[in-house]
Amino acid sequence: MDGIHDMGGMDGFGRVEPETNEPVFHAPWEGRVLAMQRAMTYAGGWPIDVSRFAQERLPPRVYVNVSYYQRWAMAMERNVVERGFAGADELSAGHALRAGKPLPRKLTPDVAKQGMTRGSFHRQAQAPARFKPGDKVRTKNIHPPTHTRLPRYARGRLGVIELVHGSQAFPDTVAIDKGDNPQWLYTVTFEGKELWGPDADPTIKVSIDAFEPYLDPA
Amino acid sequence: MAEHDHDEHGSELSETQLRVRALETVLTEKGYIDPAALDLIVEAFETKIGPHAGARVVAKAWRDPAFKRALLEDGSKAVRTLGHESRVGDHLVAVENTPARHNMVVCTLCSCYPWDMLGLPPVWYKSAPYRSRAVKDPRSVLADFGVKLPASTQIRVWDSTAETRFLVLPMRPPGTEGWSEERLAQLVTRDAMIGTGLPKPPEEVA
Repeated sequence: MDGIHDMGGMDGFGRVEPETNEPVFHAPWEGRVLAMQRAMTYAGGWPIDVSRFAQERLPPRVYVNVSYYQRWAMAMERNVVERGFAGADELSAGHALRAGKPLPRKLTPDVAKQGMTRGSFHRQAQAPARFKPGDKVRTKNIHPPTHTRLPRYARGRLGVIELVHGSQAFPDTVAIDKGDNPQWLYTVTFEGKELWGPDADPTIKVSIDAFEPYLDPA
Repeated sequence: MAEHDHDEHGSELSETQLRVRALETVLTEKGYIDPAALDLIVEAFETKIGPHAGARVVAKAWRDPAFKRALLEDGSKAVRTLGHESRVGDHLVAVENTPARHNMVVCTLCSCYPWDMLGLPPVWYKSAPYRSRAVKDPRSVLADFGVKLPASTQIRVWDSTAETRFLVLPMRPPGTEGWSEERLAQLVTRDAMIGTGLPKPPEEVA
């Protein structure tokens, strides 16, 4: 979706302001949100692209005004309710009012370490790779209303395949419960001028990681 | 978390605390999560997982040409040989800075970051200014960090739009010949491995 989350190339957000001696969490609730997300992922609640899509669907003015972990919490509430893990009435009450539904696993202290580990996103290839390093490609000019990992600034642009990462789960379908739909993944590199026009810094090159359905031969 | 402006010092934060607590209580009572496991995850991120892991990888690459080759060839595989606790570094790609080319990593769409190597991303990495500007005007972003590179240096920005995670292998500072891995690792800052900083000068490390 063409949402506020797709920030590459936008102007007006100001300086980057690093924080000296930044703590890991700025408040204890941030750690709880992160850990809950990990635990629900481990349990089989929903995949990470579903979490991302829930954040992307927050109203733009909310997305830019709340903190990072508040976005996570809002997205988690949304997924919990939309996916039937709890009712909005229960979140309001602060207590379960009905029994939960079964999940494949549960993150308990003895397996907590597994909650720290990111799973592999590699999936069995469904077809041979269409591109190889050095191939010229043009990204598609697509604007799906749902989750995609092709950023707006890199649509319809001419680039070169730099790396081939193998076949991986396709976020665009995972995020809308249409399955892993494995696709080849490539690093595609663009000249700065191709992305930002003739006034761009001539010394910059930018790459994205692009799934094969985002690409046409050029 | 009502949909209004975030106020770090006002009632918003306590409202957030209450809502997060409600969420945790409901998910616990439903049987989905175990608060004791959450404690362990929070503790691990606060005390165990951090940029020291990445710094060790960089320092080893500086000292050991064979490891460096392996790291640049297949980051995930090379890092696994170091015997980290978890299956660290799946989908990891290390990118090398040279006098001709400086690498910088961003995630314009969300906050993708090599957690296993660097810990949780700092707030600025997840912020709109960094995500919006890094791909368009990386030199001005570097200026915000006080980093100025020669005008002829190519700047190569990696937007982490999939599950691949990028780790910058900075240039080894001159004057560190014969240093141990432990001592070299002290020069390697988090920002140097994101590409928004450079390693510390040797005189800063005893």
